[in-house]
Amino acid sequence: MILAIVFLPLLAAAIAGLGNKALGFVPTKVVTTGALFVSCALSWPIFIGFLSGSSVASVTPVLTWIVSGDMTVDWALRVDALTAVMLVVITSVSALVHLYSWGYMSEDPDQPRFFAYLSLFTFAMLMLVTADSLVQMFFGWEGVGLASYLLIGFWFRKPSANAAAIKAFVVNRVGDLGFMLGIFGTFLVFGTVSIPEILNAAPGMAGSTIGFLGHRFDTMTVLCLLLFVGAMGKSAQLGLHTWLPDAMEGPTPVSALIHAATMVTAGVFMVCRLSPMFEVAPVALDVVRFVGAATCLFAATCGLVQTDIKRVIAYSTCSQLGYMFFAAGVGAYGAAMFHLFTHAFFKALLFLGAGSVIHAMHHEQDMRYYGGLRKEIPLTFWAMMMGTLAITGVGLPAVFGNPLGIGFAGFHSKDAIIEASWAAGQPGVWFVGVLVALLTSFYSWRLMFLTFWGAPRWAASEHIQHALHDAHGHGTHDGHGHDDHHADESHGNPSHAEDSGDAPSTHGPAQQDLPAGTGGYHPHESPIPMLVPLGILSIGAVAAGFAFHGYFIEPESGEHFWRGALAFREHLMHSMHEVPVAIKLSATIAMLLGLLTAWYAYIRNTAFPVAMAEQFRVLYGFLLRKWYFDELYHLIFVRPAFAIGRLLWHRGDEQTIDRFGPNGSAWLVQFGARGAAKLQSGYLYSYAFVMLIGLTAAVTWAIAG
Amino acid sequence: MIGLIHYLVVAAVLFTMGVLGIFVNRKNLIVILMAIELILLAVNINLVAFSAYLGDLVGQVFAMFVLAVAAGESAIGLAILVIYFRGRGTIAVDDVNRMKG
Repeated sequence: MILAIVFLPLLAAAIAGLGNKALGFVPTKVVTTGALFVSCALSWPIFIGFLSGSSVASVTPVLTWIVSGDMTVDWALRVDALTAVMLVVITSVSALVHLYSWGYMSEDPDQPRFFAYLSLFTFAMLMLVTADSLVQMFFGWEGVGLASYLLIGFWFRKPSANAAAIKAFVVNRVGDLGFMLGIFGTFLVFGTVSIPEILNAAPGMAGSTIGFLGHRFDTMTVLCLLLFVGAMGKSAQLGLHTWLPDAMEGPTPVSALIHAATMVTAGVFMVCRLSPMFEVAPVALDVVRFVGAATCLFAATCGLVQTDIKRVIAYSTCSQLGYMFFAAGVGAYGAAMFHLFTHAFFKALLFLGAGSVIHAMHHEQDMRYYGGLRKEIPLTFWAMMMGTLAITGVGLPAVFGNPLGIGFAGFHSKDAIIEASWAAGQPGVWFVGVLVALLTSFYSWRLMFLTFWGAPRWAASEHIQHALHDAHGHGTHDGHGHDDHHADESHGNPSHAEDSGDAPSTHGPAQQDLPAGTGGYHPHESPIPMLVPLGILSIGAVAAGFAFHGYFIEPESGEHFWRGALAFREHLMHSMHEVPVAIKLSATIAMLLGLLTAWYAYIRNTAFPVAMAEQFRVLYGFLLRKWYFDELYHLIFVRPAFAIGRLLWHRGDEQTIDRFGPNGSAWLVQFGARGAAKLQSGYLYSYAFVMLIGLTAAVTWAIAG
Repeated sequence: MIGLIHYLVVAAVLFTMGVLGIFVNRKNLIVILMAIELILLAVNINLVAFSAYLGDLVGQVFAMFVLAVAAGESAIGLAILVIYFRGRGTIAVDDVNRMKG
């Protein structure tokens, strides 16, 4: 069964990819989507089996891969509770995204390629989560990286998409180097790359040291840190996060599947999978916690001021990944996986909802040109609403006699993380968690308010103008294509633009049948294939937290569910429930504060954000430019790399090798030939003169000799 | 008494005039043809002079050959010249410089 789950997407990808246009649009779409739905249908029974306790962890051997000396690597598919969680997340979201793409990509001429890539990605991701050895995990790791590259650069005619794809690939290489070194080191220390064997041997390695460059380092710390660098790259943690926002150049379904729900969580999965290793490396765990918290805060602050709807959600993803990492860092691996699980649903929902909005708004992605969409696309609005309620963590905490907390998905998982960080004796991290909960609530509601509330501000958008001119103001979707340029470029200097619900052209009263700001454009609700995934994911966003929190984080049932698939600190999960009432309430209060602030700033007093941006111009610019990370990297890495390249190119290649090598000898021949050609003047008398000299010389030689 | 030396000197003078006629002349291709004739005649004088001096008729036979060849050569040369003039409209030596790679 697990073989079918993993290899059906590969088969579908091969059929769709190789058949491509010869096979036609509909067959390729049916094959890939069908394969994914079958995979999904097969995955849920496995997951439910683990929930009910009837399934046991198993390993299905497939092939022998590498046998070299002491090293043996087999293809084998490992299924335990951790894998089962990932299986349902990946196959469900992927199947829904496939379905969604029927609608979203319906005008794209390269659909077979798109669906083949999506299926290929799913296969690689499944390979990653079922890996029984680090090398196989690395295979999946690189496979998803490749698929991510291909899908970000799917619209390869768009230079910005190509640049983003290359950036994602290169930044991930940095992390992958760390992961590779980690695998090498693990093999060096343990003599095996098989994950169960490593995890069994890990506690015995605690306290041992390895020497490097004359220093002694704690073995497990070094290995865990190296592996964590890999996780940082894939999961876009602070320092290696720069590729994730740019990855939004890809089609929106890709953003939902790869850059929100699945691939970026691979790092969290890896830390949880190897959690017994991290348990014996407290220093590494400190680093995980610190990096997670820093990313969480950093990304949330960036998300506050972005105007591109997809970028807001991208930073939100980055921030939620930070939550997962610091949950792992405080030892609450179950909570990290729980947040991963719920996050997959509500973030995929938010992305697909954003895709639906973008679809409705004719590929306008800038929220400053939205507004008032609530009544135009009500189904999308309600789906996005569920997603927002889930991500902001709306719910009733289990305080004041309320025996059981109940709320949307994010409420259960995020509150668990925040409570766990307090229970683990990390008030600093707890504070960051609460602060970010406030920021999360603010930027999520800002997105909602700017998009769905207020007066329409569509008329100023170039995309809408396009639509009006192309389609004569009618809402039907014409073949305008997806190669929209990025909002930042198309609307001039972003630092001048207002960060408010007050776009330039909306002054003046609404008219009777043509309200100001619409420009006569009528947004249209998305087709059924796009709405069905939104509906299903909405259910997940509402219920996933409440339905499953017992299995993931409750002390006894959690232990029973995970059964050693990750290091489950039962006492931490116990003490999580004993935290003070104020701590339990903190996240909810922060959420309400964020909601109120967003409501005040974007509904009540829309001049407020502009005033704030004016007041704190430096801070605003700092956040808008994403803490100047791109500029810093450009200065530290990109420019010197270019300089070295240029030096070697001009000085090394052109001025040394070429100059004295091929070009030099060519020049010599040319120079000699030109000299010889000068002798051939074409004048008769000079030829005769040369003849005479030759003759004289010959005669002289004959006589003298 | 006019001896062999005198003939040789005349021949040498003629030869030198012929050679200089080729190099120093910058005017006209016909002059070059004439200079070549001079060179050949100088050679002929040498041949005949040595023939008489040595009493060997082979030298005079050679002189007849040279005359025949010289006649042929000037005929061909003049023919080329005419064709060339038709093509380029000039027979000035300085303009005839297309014989190069």
